[in-house]
Amino acid sequence: MAEIVLRESAFDPAAEMDAFIGRHAQAGGVVSFLGQVRGDGGVEALELKHYPPMTQPGMADLAVTIERRWPLEGLLLLHRVGLMVPGDPIVLVAAAARHRRDAFAAADFAMDHLKGESWFWKREKTAAGWRWIEPRAQDHADLARW
Amino acid sequence: MAARLVFLGRLEDVAGAAERAVAPGPLEAILATLDKALAVELLGDRVRIALNGRLLTDHGGVTLADGDELAFLPPVSGG
Repeated sequence: MAEIVLRESAFDPAAEMDAFIGRHAQAGGVVSFLGQVRGDGGVEALELKHYPPMTQPGMADLAVTIERRWPLEGLLLLHRVGLMVPGDPIVLVAAAARHRRDAFAAADFAMDHLKGESWFWKREKTAAGWRWIEPRAQDHADLARW
Repeated sequence: MAARLVFLGRLEDVAGAAERAVAPGPLEAILATLDKALAVELLGDRVRIALNGRLLTDHGGVTLADGDELAFLPPVSGG
């Protein structure tokens, strides 16, 4: 039931949400989260690398965990890979459920686990060149919430 | 006859390439043929390894056969 998508090129969040909502017109509520490439710190570009044998299968496992924990009518985990610039959408999570709290919790859980556990590696380009981003302590704290 | 090492994240920069073909055999012997600085990074505490897409719990006793792919996965920084 869950939709797991890795995109190599830009996506339109509004169009994706319209389609998702259309597929789940009977759900009582839909919660979504859109992540965009931040434009602060002199970032000129961001590249997200993945490992095809593990990244999408890992996202599918995450979806299974989420659907076991909350009664959902639909779940979308959409993630960009490749080269992006500030303002580009990078991740879109949407959860459709009969009741809003399940949808809020599922989307929140999905984001913490996409950021802290999924197989993505990020590097940023500034005037000083490319730099790999290390995990932050906050990512581990976010995971520990669950 | 070859196996493949795959370097993710910053390990790609350390290795100078995203992947490298190696002769099949015990991982220890394969690592011994690599640049020492790279081998040290690959064996780092926080680097996970996956054989043909499946995570391994430790490096011990790994032997690569022809066609095997061994990936080195540093801590993730996704989302």
